[in-house]
Amino acid sequence: MYNPTLFFEYYHLFKWESKNINLMINLNVNQKAYQIDADPNMPLLWVIRDIIGLTGTKYGCGVAQCGACVVHLNGEAVRSCVTKVSRAEGQKVTTIEGLSNNNDHPAQVAWNEENVPQCGYCHSGQIMSAAVLLRENPNPTDADIDSAMAGNICRCGTYLRIRKAIHLAAEIQKKEGASK
Amino acid sequence: MKKQLENQKRYRVPLRAFTVIGVILSMIILMSFGLNYKTNKEVSKTPVTLAVKKDSITSVKAFKQVYTVLMSARCMNCHPSGNIPLQGDDSHLHTMSPQRGVDGKGVYAMKCANCHQATNTPGLHTPPGNTNWHLPPADMRMVFQGRTPRQLAKQLIDPKQNGHKDFKKLIEHADDGLVLSGWNPGEGRKLPPMSHAAFKKAWITWLQTGAYAPKK
Repeated sequence: MYNPTLFFEYYHLFKWESKNINLMINLNVNQKAYQIDADPNMPLLWVIRDIIGLTGTKYGCGVAQCGACVVHLNGEAVRSCVTKVSRAEGQKVTTIEGLSNNNDHPAQVAWNEENVPQCGYCHSGQIMSAAVLLRENPNPTDADIDSAMAGNICRCGTYLRIRKAIHLAAEIQKKEGASK
Repeated sequence: MKKQLENQKRYRVPLRAFTVIGVILSMIILMSFGLNYKTNKEVSKTPVTLAVKKDSITSVKAFKQVYTVLMSARCMNCHPSGNIPLQGDDSHLHTMSPQRGVDGKGVYAMKCANCHQATNTPGLHTPPGNTNWHLPPADMRMVFQGRTPRQLAKQLIDPKQNGHKDFKKLIEHADDGLVLSGWNPGEGRKLPPMSHAAFKKAWITWLQTGAYAPKK
């Protein structure tokens, strides 16, 4: 039977579109609050680079295949090129610029120590992925590193140095933990 | 003056008629909108009878249809025999070799939700989406790949191998979000060999006629 109140149930559908156009999105990037005027479907990467101006995170393939755009969303290594900014609303986003206060995250120190980058383009993504691995597995084996880093492509082929740096970062992390 | 009055009369009648027709039409549209909504709701809430009327021939025939869907890339790719999901219509190993992990949601920096969003990503062969994208967990792998119809039928009704699903939960599983996403696979991917409605009908028929396993 026809129920006239159903019209009002649908009212939000008509409202939704107009709501989307002028929606201000609240983001927390590197512990700093931002109010962004953007389409909720805009990739998080575009917001980070073009609106907020943090250009350390790189655009690689745009389809979640290369890992150059990895950022942390609530600590998970998401690919910001396919992540809609609406997914990040009210969540904690960390980019390479916010991984540590003085570029002293064990992975960053180890990357410097081992001179890992060649052209450097993929390495903010590599370090962000490595940071998740080191948090969840403080003593990774070669196989663990390969599993965790398989989604980050390096066209210069620095994979052996990446692996070496992650082992070193694990050591640094262990020493830091012991000294605390 | 007389001409003006005549003109006014000539326009007033159609104007009134159009207004009345417009109001009636909008009422009809609103009513059909509400009626349709209610009908869909009623259909989705229609309880499926849990009674079993054993009929091995009908049951096996229905399962053969179900099997074609479960072995299609859209279902089998997330029920691999190994710990790496499959990908594409040819069910090749997923590029980047993401691992199942304990809970089926990947490991370290290679978790499913890192690339698979809540909805399909626009573009050809881009990551398909679902809010709950995962493989079966490591302690209940629910493998489809390589299973014969008989093996798969027996596995599907065994709670120790099917994710602890009883008869009711098995029936409900036909409408599970991940099952449904097989029919919304994203650009460049083939659909399962029949519609979801036909699959659901065959699935329920198989279960309600005794869930018999084919001989082979």
